[in-house]
Amino acid sequence: MKALRLYVVFIYIFLYSPIAIIVIYSFNSGRYAMDWQGFSTEWYGKALSNPLIVEALLTSLTIAGATALISAVIGTLAALGLQRVKGLCRNVFDGLIYIAIMVPSVVIGIATLVAFVTLFDIINPFVEAVLAFRFQMGMWTVIAAHVLFNIAVVCLIVRARLAGMDRSLVEASEDLYATPLGTFRQVVLPLLLPGIIAGALLAFTFSFEDFVIAFFVAGSDITLPIYVYSSIRRGVTPEINAIGTIVLMTSFTLLIAAQLIMRDRKQRRVGAGG
Amino acid sequence: MNTTQQRSGLVTTALLAPAGVFFFFLLILPLIVIIVYSFGERAPAGGYSPAFTFDNYLNLPARGKAILNTLTLAPLATLLTAVAAYPIAYFLAVKVDPRWRLALLVLVMAPFWTSQLLRYYAWILILGSKGIPSWLALIGIPDLRIINTPYAVLIGAVYGFLPLMVPPIYVSLEKLDKRLLEASADLGATPWRSFMQVTLPMSLPGVATGSMLVFILLMGDYILPQFLGGGKVFFIGNALVDLFLQSRNWPFGAALSLSLCAIMFVAIFLYMRFVLRQSNLRQEAVV
Repeated sequence: MKALRLYVVFIYIFLYSPIAIIVIYSFNSGRYAMDWQGFSTEWYGKALSNPLIVEALLTSLTIAGATALISAVIGTLAALGLQRVKGLCRNVFDGLIYIAIMVPSVVIGIATLVAFVTLFDIINPFVEAVLAFRFQMGMWTVIAAHVLFNIAVVCLIVRARLAGMDRSLVEASEDLYATPLGTFRQVVLPLLLPGIIAGALLAFTFSFEDFVIAFFVAGSDITLPIYVYSSIRRGVTPEINAIGTIVLMTSFTLLIAAQLIMRDRKQRRVGAGG
Repeated sequence: MNTTQQRSGLVTTALLAPAGVFFFFLLILPLIVIIVYSFGERAPAGGYSPAFTFDNYLNLPARGKAILNTLTLAPLATLLTAVAAYPIAYFLAVKVDPRWRLALLVLVMAPFWTSQLLRYYAWILILGSKGIPSWLALIGIPDLRIINTPYAVLIGAVYGFLPLMVPPIYVSLEKLDKRLLEASADLGATPWRSFMQVTLPMSLPGVATGSMLVFILLMGDYILPQFLGGGKVFFIGNALVDLFLQSRNWPFGAALSLSLCAIMFVAIFLYMRFVLRQSNLRQEAVV
């Protein structure tokens, strides 16, 4: 029992020491990691006034926001649609969902890159002749590739929620002469909403964090993980430590806020029930 | 034809169409392109030139080291992660005060939601020459090299994937009916025997789910080997990045990508069969 407690403490230290190192060195006045020169907050100021970092951050937020929104909508629609079909159509969709999840990101990134490059090579001469404009890789190709994976994730979560749903509520609503759209808006959607929100949040985090797919398909656009990666390769990261710490604190705050909101709701529900 | 039926079919199509379009253009089409490319030849300046040859597949042994590393280190790292995660999940599900349970579980998962690149970078610092080896040198263990070895990759894998392994094991342990343990104790089993014959077999599905998730992510990983293996310990993912972005041998890269997918699907299939049979056998033994 004592050994187990010790082990648990060790694991928490193991999990948090690398994060602690990032946070501590973000306050280092020197340029190099593992070389403590004294306390300073200068890198925070420099990071936030570095136009490259700010732009990368905005690009990443835009991509993640768009991915979360689009995949939540399309994934939910697909989950609702799959409930209405059987046989071949359903099997094909099920298969595609699992393939989208199982194929490694690096293969998705490569396949998407190669397909886009091939496609652009074919259509760009025509497009250019007619519209004086060329298709290029960039933010929108990253969003498209992220949405693909996250449709699958949202769809699985919402379907689990649909499967657990009490059918009698829908029947009751129909018996009370609600239109199908009314039933959907007033009964089905509120019940699915926690699943949809959970899926959208997952999609946002995945997209915001993703380096592998973006690295292949971002073209000349730079996302935050791509910027972080190139800084690490150059071995100079004080500004990155600062930005990393800010992102970390934001996500921890959001995580704790979500926990508190959920607890509050649960207590209220228990209170209302009792 | 019944109009309600027609309308219902139209609604279904409208619901599925957007996802269908994405799956077609971003999954099916790219995979077809990759399959076609895998039978082609490298264009002189890099890229693809049309051909029909099996050379790319016959050439796979040229990247045998990457394939071997992936096939040994990914399963080993998955196993180590499961072993490291189990006691934590057990502690959280069974031993800890329920008031702290959720908070502690969230703390285990939280690192996964922070920048993966920065966390692996921190490990480069910890395992690098100014980190742990320099502290060990102070107490008389000189010249220990951890970074850029398979050990560094294994440590990084356990670190990176523990947050994903703990939750499914936790869920399966939490669902466990405590009355089974009481029954086992009443029948005179020692706590250890109860654990081995009741708790462990019942939590095996959770271990299987977690391992599957981690295994899939590890097989396709290339950040972890690149950062902690430093070009000395590389996976198939690293070979793919090299083939597509540096040496620009797209057809060979396409063949290697498809081989990676094939290996993964076969491994997952075998693993599922093995685990399902094991847990069925155990359950029969318990009953």
